[in-house]
Amino acid sequence: MSKFSKKRGKADPNISTASLPDIIFMLLFFFMVVTKMRDSELKVNVVTPFASELTKLEEKSLVSTIYIGRPMEKYISIYGTKPRIQLGDKFADPREIRFFLETFRVKVPENRRSQITASLRVDGNVTMGVVADVKTELRKAGQLKVNYSAKRRPEAGF
Amino acid sequence: MAKAKSKSRSNNEINASSMADIAFLLLIFFLVTTTIVEDKGITVKLPPWSEEEPDITQLKTRNVYSVLVNAQNQLLVRGEPMDIRNLRENAQEFISNPYGRPDYAEKPTMAIISLKNDRGTNYKTYLEVYNELKGAYNDLWNDASLKKYGVPYDEDKLPLAYRKAIKAEIPMVLSEAEPTAFGEEK
Repeated sequence: MSKFSKKRGKADPNISTASLPDIIFMLLFFFMVVTKMRDSELKVNVVTPFASELTKLEEKSLVSTIYIGRPMEKYISIYGTKPRIQLGDKFADPREIRFFLETFRVKVPENRRSQITASLRVDGNVTMGVVADVKTELRKAGQLKVNYSAKRRPEAGF
Repeated sequence: MAKAKSKSRSNNEINASSMADIAFLLLIFFLVTTTIVEDKGITVKLPPWSEEEPDITQLKTRNVYSVLVNAQNQLLVRGEPMDIRNLRENAQEFISNPYGRPDYAEKPTMAIISLKNDRGTNYKTYLEVYNELKGAYNDLWNDASLKKYGVPYDEDKLPLAYRKAIKAEIPMVLSEAEPTAFGEEK
């Protein structure tokens, strides 16, 4: 009897932490979703080839990515199967690269603009014609630091 | 009603305070793993744009290591067909010329690699060739670094002065010609 009366008298001193996991789960889901969304949606198939002499791209904010590959299945009816360039999240013409690079460049602080790297994420199965066109445009735009994206060979075992 | 229930069983809640810790662990795990995935690739410095093609015909032929990749992804190295697996070793021998062969580079500073491909060449093959040529230089730099400083060549860890000294000894000169129009996709 005395047990019950005691409980009624004093309020529970503990703060309920039952909802804390829910809050943290919410954070967790937020991060899971955001980290996936950061990459722009690919409209071309890109499977980068293997290589061994790789350099890491250090700062993401100094990298502008150009995708080259064959259009994905749902875009074949519109864009055909020829290799295409993707800038940002849309298909583009080689002539648009200069504008694309310039819009990226103005967002970077002036003293760091020389460190901008153009990352070419190119599918292994495209022919060099389109890559050569992109390279020519990059040279004309003065974007000389280029990184050909590649994966480390699995059997190399590093 | 509910009150009466809680009276009869005083402690029917599961202790959920450790749930937060488990969720935190998951959160940290995802934070760490998502940042590990990073972009890697072969870094290249393109030559500045100029209207006229650079003229390599004025160079001595013994110093030029010409690599041609055709639309059938076959290699022609200095006029001879070659398998890509032999390219790295052959290029290294050409650059360093340890036996003083008269048809190989006079010295590493004078060696020039000239790479040319067709528009129909597969990108994969092109990158493999580029990788092997870069690998040849990396191996040479590594050897030079071990010999001079006793440490392996590392783009990040080796001091800049050392790297500069090595690259002054063995500079990487790779000239790429405009591709020919063979095998262009219609």
